[in-house]
Formats: sequence, C-alpha cells, structure tokens
Amino acid sequence: MELTAAQGLIRCLELEGVDVLFGYPGGANLPVYDALHESKIIKHILVRHEQGAVHAADAYARVTGKVGVAIATSGPGATNLVTGIANAYMDSVPMVLITGQVSTSQVGTDAFQEVDITGITMPITKHNYLVKDAKKLPSIIKKAFHIAASGRPGPVLIDLPKDVASEIIKFDYPKEVSLRGYKPIYTGHKAKIKEAAELMMKAKRPVIYAGGGVLSSHATAELRELAEILTAPVTNTFMGLSSFPGNHPLFLGMLGLHGTRYANMAVTNCDLLISLGARFGDRVTGKIESFAPNATIIHVDIDPAEIGKNVRVDVPIVGDVKSVIHDMLSHLKKKDRSDWLEEVQNWKKQYPLIYSREGKLKPQAVIQKLSEYSKGDVIVATDVGQHQMWVAQYFSFMNPGSLISSGGLGTMGFGLPAAIGAQLGLPDKRVILVTGDGSLQMTIQELATAVDQKLPLKIFVLNNSTLGMVRQLQEFYTDKRYMAVHFDFVPDFAMIAKAYSIEGYTITSEEELDKLLPEIMENDKAVVVNCIVDSNVNVSPMVLAGKGIIEAIDC
Amino acid sequence: MRHTLAVLVENNPGVLARVAGLFSRRGYNIDSLSVGRTERPDVSRMTIVVEGDQSVLEQVTKQLHKLVDVIKISDITPEEYVDRELVMLKVNADPARRGEIMQIADVFRARIVDLGRKTVTIECTGDEGKINAFEESLRHYGIKELVRTGKIAMLRGHKATSLEEKRDED
Repeated sequence: MELTAAQGLIRCLELEGVDVLFGYPGGANLPVYDALHESKIIKHILVRHEQGAVHAADAYARVTGKVGVAIATSGPGATNLVTGIANAYMDSVPMVLITGQVSTSQVGTDAFQEVDITGITMPITKHNYLVKDAKKLPSIIKKAFHIAASGRPGPVLIDLPKDVASEIIKFDYPKEVSLRGYKPIYTGHKAKIKEAAELMMKAKRPVIYAGGGVLSSHATAELRELAEILTAPVTNTFMGLSSFPGNHPLFLGMLGLHGTRYANMAVTNCDLLISLGARFGDRVTGKIESFAPNATIIHVDIDPAEIGKNVRVDVPIVGDVKSVIHDMLSHLKKKDRSDWLEEVQNWKKQYPLIYSREGKLKPQAVIQKLSEYSKGDVIVATDVGQHQMWVAQYFSFMNPGSLISSGGLGTMGFGLPAAIGAQLGLPDKRVILVTGDGSLQMTIQELATAVDQKLPLKIFVLNNSTLGMVRQLQEFYTDKRYMAVHFDFVPDFAMIAKAYSIEGYTITSEEELDKLLPEIMENDKAVVVNCIVDSNVNVSPMVLAGKGIIEAIDC
Repeated sequence: MRHTLAVLVENNPGVLARVAGLFSRRGYNIDSLSVGRTERPDVSRMTIVVEGDQSVLEQVTKQLHKLVDVIKISDITPEEYVDRELVMLKVNADPARRGEIMQIADVFRARIVDLGRKTVTIECTGDEGKINAFEESLRHYGIKELVRTGKIAMLRGHKATSLEEKRDED
C-alpha cells in the first residue's frame, strides 16, 4: 500500500488504537491535518492553545490507561507543548507528541516557525525522534508508543518535517519492537521479594507508602490485599491519592509537607516502610534525615534510577508494583497488629485535619461538600495551589484514578484542559474541576473547547482574588511582605461562563452551595461555580523548609 | 574517586547531546569524554571518566541506562585495562632549543609531527600519568596550544565490553 508519510502516520495512530487526538493546526503540519481529514476513526479535538492539547491528552491518558496523543505545528506550536510535556514527564504519563517541522532543507536555517524541538525537549521526554527518512516513520511510531507506555511511562516526541510528511512510502506497520537499549524490568527479584516478605512478617509497626506507580501499574486491588493481610496502615503521596479507598480504616491520607499529622507520625514511628511506586520526593520527605528514621526501607519501583536516589534503601526491588505485590502475597500470612493499629487510630483521633468554619465561606468546606455530595464517585481534576492541597486533604477518593492533577511539575493551568481530556476519556463519568482564580486564568480559553465538545464539566473556582499558596509562602518565608500575590482585578467568572453560553453561579456561603449543588451537578452542560472564599486561609498543617515532617505547624 | 565507563551507544544523531545533556543537568562532573565508532557501524563507544563516590556512580549509571540510545555500560575501573590518550602540543622552540625539546620527546616516545619557524608540534600517546608528565616537562618552554583527546580504554585479555546481540535498524 502506497501512502504519503502523513497518511501513514494517521494509519499508524489508528492501528495503535488512538481514537481521540488533541491538536492545533499550522503550516508545517498541513500534510498531517490533510491526512487526518480522511480518518473515520480518529476524533480530532481542536483546542484553543497547544498547552490545552497536551494537558488534555495527558488527562485522557490518565483516565483511559491509553497513550495520550497531541499534535502541534512547528515553532510556537511546538514550544507551547513544552510545559505539558514536562508535566507528563514528571508525573510519568504515557504520551506521544507529534510536531510539525520545517522542511529538511530548511532545518537549521532559522526558517519561519522553526525551532529545535527535539533539542528543547530532550530533558523532558523519555525519548524523541526527528524523522529524516519517511520510510522509517512507521517503525519510529511503533517504538514511540512502546517507549511511552512501557516501563515507567512518559512522553515521547516525534518531530516530522513537512517535506518528509509528504513523501510517498510503502506502508508496512511493524508488529513488534526491539530496542536493545530499552528493556524495562517487570518482574521483581525473587530473593529480594522473599526478603521483603520476611521483613513484613517480622515488623511490628509497618507503614505502606504508596505513590503514583500503584495507579499506573493498576495495582490498587493488590495494594488493598497487601494492606489488609499485613494490617498495615497506608499513606499516599499526592500522586498516589485514589489508589486506596478514602474511607478505609487503614487509610492515613496524604503524607508530607501538607500531609495529615497522623500519616507523618506513623511514618516517623514505623519500623518498616514499604514504598510502592513512590520516589521519596522532597514534598514527601521534608528534612531527609528525619524521614522514617528508625525504619527498614523496602523500595519497589519500576525505575531503577529512583531506588537509592534520595534515601538509603535496605531492600531494593526493581519491578512493576502489581507483579511484585502479587509475588509477595504468596509469602505472606494474615497478621494481626492491634497494638500498632490502636496507636495509629489514637493519632487519628488526636490530630484530625481541622479548620474553622466561622466567618466567610471556607475553601475546605467547599471541597468537603463536594466529597460528601458525590460520595467520591466522580473524577476530580484540579489545578495547582492551595485548592489542590485542600482537595488532597478533604476529598475522600473512592475509585482508582479519580484524581487528575499536576503533581511533580505543579503546573498552574493544568486543570481545565485536564478536565476536558478526562471527560472525553470517560464520557459517562461526572468530571469536577476544582480550580483557583489564579490557575483558571492561565488556560481559561479552553472553556471554548469544553463548550464546543458539549462537555458537562462542573467547574468550581475557589476564588480568593489571591495567589493563595504564594501568599502563604510569603507569610512564612518573607515575613508577610506580600508582593504580587493579590489581584486588584478579578473577572466575574459567572459572567465569563455566560459569555461562553453556559451557566454561571456565584456563591458566598455553605447554605447557598447546599441549595445549589443538586442543580449544578445535574446540569447536562458545563457549569462554572464562582465560590467567593476567605482569602486568609492557609493550608494546614505545614512543614516549614528544612524541617522534618513530624515538626509540622498548624497555620 | 574517578571511574572509567565504557558506554556503547546507538550511532544515532543526537546521542552525544543526550549523554552530555544528562551529565550537565544532573550535575555530574565529567573528567573526559571521548566518542568514536567501533567494530560495528551501528554502534559508537564512549569512554567517560567521571568523578564521584559510589552513590554518584550508581546514579550516573542508572540515569545513563534510562537513555534509550544507551545500549550497554561497563564500569571498567576495577578491571585490568589498557587506557590511552593522545595529546598534541605546539611548543615554542627557537632553533637553539629544538634539540632539548626533541630529546624530551624521545624520552616520552613522542613524535614531532610539524615544524614551524619558532615552534614544534609534537604528538604523544600514553596513559594519563604519562601525558601529564610530558605536558609538565614542556611547560617552561611555553606551550602555545594543546589538545587532548580524552581517554579511551579497553579491557585486557580475552574479556571485552562489546555487544553480542544481533543488530537492529535505526
């Protein structure tokens, strides 16, 4: 079969099972868009900014488990993807990005809309390709999907020059990939697993510390079985939230700098820390010397480079979390640890998450009400900032993968496009976006995409007219010398909703929210709820820089 | 401590940038890096000398392994190996002092490869210690220009760090 390389590309995407593609057209990707015109399988979602495409593809990948695909033109189109690529890289999300490039004869001449996107994205992709030979395109695409989805997932970029895209090729899509420099390890080392299992049986005060790897390896059932058989409390990293039921008696919530006190106390006092698909990131550990100081550490991760990177590890196990837990379970017997559990339960009672509900509407109350109303049976996308931490603290996640958020990079502006991608991936699920007035304004143009696609997103803006997280940092670290954190002007988000032909509400009290929630949640169109909240609230508890996680302050 | 790594990589455009970029962004110190083709046209070999303790070396190795174009990494430091470096120097040399310089070159089994009116250009190969000593012994004549290739190394005896697998396209 003879095709242009661009037609071949679309054919490859179809064969990879791509049915939704997020993108923005331009000059250098004209051949690709022309080929896309012929596809009956792929639905193209036209966004309003390339950043929207890449975040939407990211969230689409997170909720469907497929590889997310975004496409942009050369130059500014490609650079607009960069933040989103870095975001996916940090959060280990499988994606394939396809950028147009100027014709090969023009590459390197500073041609119009030329940028070295493979050079730019080298540190933020798992791998990238500049296609110089059209014949190699199918095998490159096969490899790109394989690399993106296997091992520790991540983004792969393919840069396709315009002339190469127009070349005629004999189309033949390879069935298999072989990359001698890339062979992820899935099965854990037998002896190490046995050693870990023995430690688990012997431990008196074990804690399971579960991260995003549990979700990406679909190991949530195994995690639960492990926790229950060991009677070991479970704490989540931010990325791990939703991997363990929020109402489970063994659940400790999130740990780390804004984690629950009881999670941090359990980790600090444990004698065995079982790390599953987590990477001991700085938001989790605080002062590294005080992190789980008396614990033997078992670290299971699919990425060997994460093991021993930040903390010393006693039992390293490289492998897929699901497979490793599965193999571990055969060595384990039900273990009762009532003393330890009682101690943990006492901490839970003694140091609950609390906030004052007096005065103006409290942002935490909005989250709590959303959690109660939805019973956790929704997908929650968030942006980045205080609201994100309140979601982590006060939303009780019941279903794996129901939190979609930017963890590693902390990308403000991620939320709205991510909600769009999540809703397109799961059309029958209710998708809530919790955002802030700062974050939303970073990618607010994507409201048009949501309306275009008739997506019934429920958008809750925790509006404090402030860049709240930075304000909080300035309160503690720059002696309340507030600089550039208060917006003198904030648009009326309810009016903005109306301009986009959807419903907009403004609420200022819990009573209003209670009254309107059913109407908001049942609306079959997108809704923006402008929640005017107290601007002086801090995310609490908080571990100050350089302190151990046990030294959190209330604020 | 300094470690010598023999790294086999795909002979693809950009592979040097990938490796060099990894070292710079993760803050690893490269003492030297040399790269060239091998007995197989699709494989290049880098010899990287890196400074750091065992934990740094472990991270360097693991991070290098994450690069798709990196096929095989061998830390040959604890093994028996031969290493060589090539240096070329342009030294100030009045006709009056040429004799001395040529004698020094003889001692190091170096070769004069070019003569100018007031300079000589000498090449010398050897391990790092020898090259350092050679450089030092010529320093007071005034070295106008100096270029070193960086170290290349190979295991002694029948042991090898080459590939046995069958080849793969791009």
